[in-house]
Amino acid sequence: MKATGLTAALAAAATAFAFVLLRAESQRAIGLLVALGIAVGFVATRTRLLEPFARAAAAREGSTKLLVFAAVAALALLLREDDFSLLLLTRMLIVIIACLGLNVQFGYSGVVNFAGASFFGVGGYTAAVLSRGTHLPHLLILLAGGAAAALAGSILLVPVLRTRGHYAALVTIAFALLFRTFLEVNDTLGGPQGLKLGEFVLGRFHFNEPIELGFFEGSFYLRYVALSLLLAALFFVLVQRLERSWIGITLDAVRLDETAARTFGINLARWKITAFTLGNFITGIAGALSAFLIGFIAPNNYAFSESLIFVSILLLGGIGNVWGLCLATAIVILLPEKLQVIQEYRFLLFAAMVVLILLFRPAGLVPRPKRRLAEPRP
Amino acid sequence: MSASLLGQYVMNGAMLGMMYALVAVGFTLFFGVLDIIQFSHGDVVAAGAFAGLFTWTVLAGLGVTSPLLLLAAVLIAAALATALLGAAVARWIVLPIKGAPPLNILLVTLMGGTVLREAIRLFYPGGSQPQRFPALLPTSGQSFGGFHLRFDNVILLIAGALLIAGTHLLITRTRLGLAIRAVAQDEETARTMGIDFRRVVLVTFALGSGLAAFAGVMNGLYYNEVYYGMGLLLGVIGFAAAILGGLGNLYGAIVGGFLFAALQTIGAIALPFASAYKDVFAFGVVILLIAIRPTGLIGERASERV
Repeated sequence: MKATGLTAALAAAATAFAFVLLRAESQRAIGLLVALGIAVGFVATRTRLLEPFARAAAAREGSTKLLVFAAVAALALLLREDDFSLLLLTRMLIVIIACLGLNVQFGYSGVVNFAGASFFGVGGYTAAVLSRGTHLPHLLILLAGGAAAALAGSILLVPVLRTRGHYAALVTIAFALLFRTFLEVNDTLGGPQGLKLGEFVLGRFHFNEPIELGFFEGSFYLRYVALSLLLAALFFVLVQRLERSWIGITLDAVRLDETAARTFGINLARWKITAFTLGNFITGIAGALSAFLIGFIAPNNYAFSESLIFVSILLLGGIGNVWGLCLATAIVILLPEKLQVIQEYRFLLFAAMVVLILLFRPAGLVPRPKRRLAEPRP
Repeated sequence: MSASLLGQYVMNGAMLGMMYALVAVGFTLFFGVLDIIQFSHGDVVAAGAFAGLFTWTVLAGLGVTSPLLLLAAVLIAAALATALLGAAVARWIVLPIKGAPPLNILLVTLMGGTVLREAIRLFYPGGSQPQRFPALLPTSGQSFGGFHLRFDNVILLIAGALLIAGTHLLITRTRLGLAIRAVAQDEETARTMGIDFRRVVLVTFALGSGLAAFAGVMNGLYYNEVYYGMGLLLGVIGFAAAILGGLGNLYGAIVGGFLFAALQTIGAIALPFASAYKDVFAFGVVILLIAIRPTGLIGERASERV
């Protein structure tokens, strides 16, 4: 009980902080809040103040996840008429989904993918083309976006499987540049101007209509928040289950030592294909959802620098750690949008940040805990 | 196709190939001494082109009009800037994490390149737009039938070939080259033989990056403009070329550079309805070639290093 109480207190504090930060208007207030956040984070890690919370959260992981879910939902309700903040929240959730996909590749199986934004884009363009040209239910279109991304990834399977390290990186970078050029010169996909999408429709819910339920009024973004929160929770649990299962152990073995993994009878190709395809599928779904949310897609949204942002999130959070990934997404997406001073400089800052992290703290903000297979169940 | 048009394509391909080869030689040198990929190399090239442009702007503003003097100043400034940048990348980014997993090194150089690229975009005056690069060479030419041979292109091609030949001589005929080859072959043995490993690495990075400065200036002179993002594409193409030729192999890098240019040119000729797809075609072929020959056309380990 005490553990749950501790976690709840922390979640409430974090929600309050996020609410104040999202609502803050003046740049000075935002700057102060960010400084406060950094200071608290720094002091908490230095004095190990957070450790009881971390232990409590780990001991009651199920309820921690429910709490976080509830906290995000509560945050969305608190912000109910603030369109911009809700849009930011949705974007964060979608990027979390995309990075969960990349995490399966980078974090677990060690398959590098520098074309994350491209697979995100495959999902987005699939959603645009399908929603304009057919009357498929939109949930199916999301799935189709994921499937298309997985299919596009299968083009790269042979070169990615046959290569390692630098070579595999080159394959995905070449694909990222190829994809972007392809979109720009392809007139049926709108060329550099891109394509427009209609609203997301789910059953009788039309996502772009404002919400009025009795005396409750809210922004239409609330529906998008709800959908992306559900999907993010779904994929979070899925990816975490995957990590905890024997599949996760197998993927770890593939990443850490290919030779050893093979001597234990692990089929390297099969697991790399599984991780690469599953990751692209998840990223593609996120891309399709993002296209519906913004209502417009263009090649510029899927540039190589966006892929690098995804990779920065993974590294900042601590590669392979899904909780760290959520924290890092919040920082990387929220900070430049709220602190407009750094908006223009965001690529520069994030790139410099990754360089510093790699030089001085390669495990990231929240390092992935070591797997303890023989831990007795309490 | 008429002979003149074919000549135009061949000349164009040769120019591109020379640029790519110069960039690829850098990749292959770095890989030779440290077994790493310096992914910011392309952006170092772009920085060199901008350093050259900056020098020209300053000198032209001061009233210097002699094209020869301007050209020399631009080249020297570009080569110095890139050599220093390359050595700095080696000193502060690559060497400190030399033993880290390859993914980390790849990322750290990739992100270091992004820092450089963004710094040009944000801090060079008007850097977010393509900048006009001055014509420093005679733009006149000689016509053969319908084919127009420009003198500046010929000069650039010859200069590039001389530079590559010079690098080759430096590597094969001098004590420094011997040290570089020794380090490439076996770092530990080289150290025990009294070679200053750190110095050799820094010199190699300065050398490879300085070479690339010429590619950057050549790019500016050829297209008459430079762009902050040009380094990304040049870097990826140079890296692809180095891999196609087999990493760590000097000749392979040159062959790879011209091969990639040939692919682009063939793409432009073979897809006349959509010459815009030439880069898509070239990268597609690179992915295909890597799928077939994962370590390049000339194997990475089988051939002699550097």
